Amino acid sequence: MIATEIETYREQHAAFQRKSSPEWLVELRQQGLDAFTRLGLPTKRLEDWRFTNVSPLTANPYELSSLTSPDNEIVGDEINALVQQATLDESYHRLVFINGRYCEESSRLHDVSSGVIIDNLASVIRSRANEVRDQLSGGLDFDESAFAALNTAFIDDGAFIDIPDGVASDRPVHLVFLSTGSSRTVSHPRNLIRLGKGSTANVIESYLGNGDVYFTNSITQITLDESAELDHHKLQHEQIGALHIAMTRVDQRTSSHFRSHYFSFGGSLARNELDCVLDGERIETTLNGLYMPKGDQLMDCRTRIDHAKPNGNSHELYKGILDDKSKGVFNGKIFVRQDAQKTDAKQSNQALLLSDDASVNTKPQLEIYADDVRCTHGATIGELEEDALYYLRSRGIPIDFARKLLIFAFANDVVQGVELAAVRRHLESLLLSGHELSEDIL
Amino acid sequence: MLEIKNLHARSDETEILRGIDLQVNAGEIHAIMGPNGSGKSTLAHVIAGREDYEVTQGEIHYNGKDLLDMEIEVRAAEGIFLAYQYPVEISGVSNKYFLRTAMNCVRKHHGESPIKRTEFIALLKQNLDRLGMDKSMMDRSVNEDFSGGEKKRNEILQMAMLQPKLAVLDETDSGLDIDALKIVANGVNALRSPERATIVVTHYQRLLDYIVPDKVHVLAGGKIVRSGDKSLALELEDKGYGFLQELTAT
Repeated sequence: MIATEIETYREQHAAFQRKSSPEWLVELRQQGLDAFTRLGLPTKRLEDWRFTNVSPLTANPYELSSLTSPDNEIVGDEINALVQQATLDESYHRLVFINGRYCEESSRLHDVSSGVIIDNLASVIRSRANEVRDQLSGGLDFDESAFAALNTAFIDDGAFIDIPDGVASDRPVHLVFLSTGSSRTVSHPRNLIRLGKGSTANVIESYLGNGDVYFTNSITQITLDESAELDHHKLQHEQIGALHIAMTRVDQRTSSHFRSHYFSFGGSLARNELDCVLDGERIETTLNGLYMPKGDQLMDCRTRIDHAKPNGNSHELYKGILDDKSKGVFNGKIFVRQDAQKTDAKQSNQALLLSDDASVNTKPQLEIYADDVRCTHGATIGELEEDALYYLRSRGIPIDFARKLLIFAFANDVVQGVELAAVRRHLESLLLSGHELSEDIL
Repeated sequence: MLEIKNLHARSDETEILRGIDLQVNAGEIHAIMGPNGSGKSTLAHVIAGREDYEVTQGEIHYNGKDLLDMEIEVRAAEGIFLAYQYPVEISGVSNKYFLRTAMNCVRKHHGESPIKRTEFIALLKQNLDRLGMDKSMMDRSVNEDFSGGEKKRNEILQMAMLQPKLAVLDETDSGLDIDALKIVANGVNALRSPERATIVVTHYQRLLDYIVPDKVHVLAGGKIVRSGDKSLALELEDKGYGFLQELTAT
């Protein structure tokens, strides 16, 4: 890494820090910047980035749009069109962020039950300073991750969701992150989601944009208290020239359930890190993922499941469908700590290669320190089955549709894991694009 | 309806069909019998269009058109149906969706509009009842975890729904008990009409007790060595395939 790049980000940071902010936040950001300066941007020499070369995309720095444009940008037709494109169901709460900043005009919040907070981070930084500070600094370790450090250096805005004890949220919360503008903008959304004891919620994060080359560097921190249940969905639809780096950190307490549904379609390079700490007994964690790169796209899925206490279950199913010259990386690590007896951990990664030039690197890693556990992992890489294609065609189904149907079938169990009908429909129509969709598809 | 002339086909380097001549007219049922490895299944798949086989000589005409020039799906849409000996499992696609998609693709080929949902359900129910199939099978993935008998019935169900002009049954009787055999045979007989034809490929005579053929052909070494009426099947049953050696010798 060339020193001038760090210098550019440091200069941006100096300008950014001039905005008035609480002292503790200024300090946290400074820690982030210091860590970033020390770490530098990752290179392929790091084991964690061996198959994912971000250097070509980070060689030139990106610019923070909040430094050059006013806070409340006028919402034009282009933004409206993107919001429209992202919308899944009008009945959902919707928080829209443009280049990392909350946009009230495009957002739509319905009434919520007493005690529920669905807001943007910038507006709660002062009003709920203690909680926000604790959540921002707890759990996440940015000393080892340059992008997490960079995000921390530029903490500004994002979603803030807080569900009190015992509340079953009725409406899903849809977070829409839009990147717009001419070129090379960067946003560093920081989202905080906390569910109190026995509460439930559905959250969807959508990422899309209309710029050519831009960089999204987002972090979502999730805390699930005892017996809380969260379904977290992510729909990654960035533009084809975008760099998308995201980290989701989940802290789970006793008997909580976390289900992640990750769907990756866009970006030039998309790296998604999902880090779950199961710090309590009888925790359930389900990580489902589907990544579908084509062209020259690279999609890197990195997951960590850390079983710290006994009787936890984790199920992980990641599927990749790779076309053209695209590349996929699956790196799934499962820790079972000495305390975590009776852990049941299943991991499966399956890839379907639609072209001879597509490739996938799969790296499952189990680190087990307890003796009474059940851990399985499996990885398969295959092509579309000729026999199945022939069978479908011999019933009159044209070859292009037959291929789509088999691709759909391959992806189907990940899609069917989604319980929100609007999200599922969105995915089904993407997978069968151009072909008639039927309610009988199941 | 179907005219096969001097058909030669091979898989990789092995020649399997070595000059087949066969004419099947509308309204007829033909049985093709023969020992294992005689080329029966290959003939069935060459008609359906399987790309693993290369036709090196000869021609097939189907209703006056060059069949070998048609894509697999076009053959199907034009009314050719192969009931597989080993139906393929397709995980993640429901039987119901598969059936309706296939029907609509065939209808589209003929410029017809998609089948109405209610009409489809009614037709499906009627055929399920006739074949003694439970409707819960329709919500399961195509052939996935079906028993051998269920798979064969599922083939006949597809045939009943698609109403082909020329049905080719490849060893449909293998692995079926006598009750299932009768049900399958009834399904085939129900489609019998002056506009349709059926080719029954079988190793054993037993199926022909229930699906009575107009003509029986004996295939051996990639050629039809003898043709006759239904009594030929009984003769084969009686003497076994061993006597074919005499036939090929003479």
